[in-house]
Amino acid sequence: MDQTKNINDRDIQSLVGNLLRAGVYISMAIVILGGIIYLFDHSGEKINYATFDFNKVSLKTVEAIFSEVLTFKGAAVVQFGLLMLIFTPIARVLMAVISFFLEKDYLYVLIGLIVLAIIMISLSGGFAH
Amino acid sequence: MSVLVFTLIVLVGAFLAGFLGSLTGLGGGVIIIPLLTLGLGVDIHYAIGASIISVIATSTGSAAAYVKEGLTNMRIGMFLEIATTVGAILGAVIAVYLNAGYVAVIFGCILIFSSLMTLKKKVDHTTLDYTSKGAQFFKLNGSYPVQGVETPYAVKNVAGGFFMMLFAGTLSGLLGIGSGALKVIAMDNIMRLPFKVSTTTSNFMMGVTAAASAVVYLHRGQIDPGIAMPVCIGVLIGATVGAKVLVRTKTDKLKIVFAVVVTILAVQMIYKGLSGGF
Repeated sequence: MDQTKNINDRDIQSLVGNLLRAGVYISMAIVILGGIIYLFDHSGEKINYATFDFNKVSLKTVEAIFSEVLTFKGAAVVQFGLLMLIFTPIARVLMAVISFFLEKDYLYVLIGLIVLAIIMISLSGGFAH
Repeated sequence: MSVLVFTLIVLVGAFLAGFLGSLTGLGGGVIIIPLLTLGLGVDIHYAIGASIISVIATSTGSAAAYVKEGLTNMRIGMFLEIATTVGAILGAVIAVYLNAGYVAVIFGCILIFSSLMTLKKKVDHTTLDYTSKGAQFFKLNGSYPVQGVETPYAVKNVAGGFFMMLFAGTLSGLLGIGSGALKVIAMDNIMRLPFKVSTTTSNFMMGVTAAASAVVYLHRGQIDPGIAMPVCIGVLIGATVGAKVLVRTKTDKLKIVFAVVVTILAVQMIYKGLSGGF
């Protein structure tokens, strides 16, 4: 491995590191904001988590969360933040694919795309039922 | 119990879980699940959904630091992620059909195994034997900085590592934990990576693996904002503080104390699972 490529690799890694950190901070800030709204609206209510009920949580898909988040209901904002958190490592895979493409390492472009495809099929609800 | 009291208790508990999980190397997920189920009577399905979210938060947060140091082998991580993501989805789907009692029993067994692993002395298995065809084809051999000097290492038994990762991913998806202990076995003992590379690469993969199963749990309604919110905030803050303390503390004694506590929790999970308590 020659020196220039090595430096290039390090630059990409540092960029990936910053992306991961920013993703965690931003999504956690959204979760905390949602949590505060949620507590304002529901703090006195009784909890009910003793038995799992499929229908209890209404925000279960990407579409539902995106369309509800602008209502600024606590639960919707929290779910939106959690979704952003889930997207952070997925974005990392996408960035790695791009960096492998720039390095002309097409075997790893393919491997990265396979990983993304597996997650995307899962994201569309393909495995949940 | 009111929502406010529940949220505060879970926040404190999750902070402790993240703190101890990071000090001992067990991870926050394996502690928060018994806390929620045994301690607060939360259904295990919700506990697993919340835990997997906290795994994404902590592993992604620490991966950010490791990546910058140049210890992570991106190719090994990416290659093995095929195995862990397929496994994670498989595990999350199996969890749908498996009786909650069995999930609790499997969880207890993995908990005991993981805590024993933290006590075991690590043996360096690194090699400079570059004969593995799989490692050559997938360009997995690499180097990492040891006190500023780039030190090369060779990778062995790629197929064995891949299958172990498939298993680790399945357990991660089934139980909502990072299953770091199994990932490190796959990379240290089977593929012969140096500790620093295997630990950081495993951490790097954990977020992606957890994201794959979290998506299945989201669709299944197992990620409840009321539980996931205090769990991920608490675990992340706890793990961040734990990582800072870890740098200047000897943790040998703590690990033993903690292994005993975790084993007691595990036995309770197994007992309750077998006696139909879930």
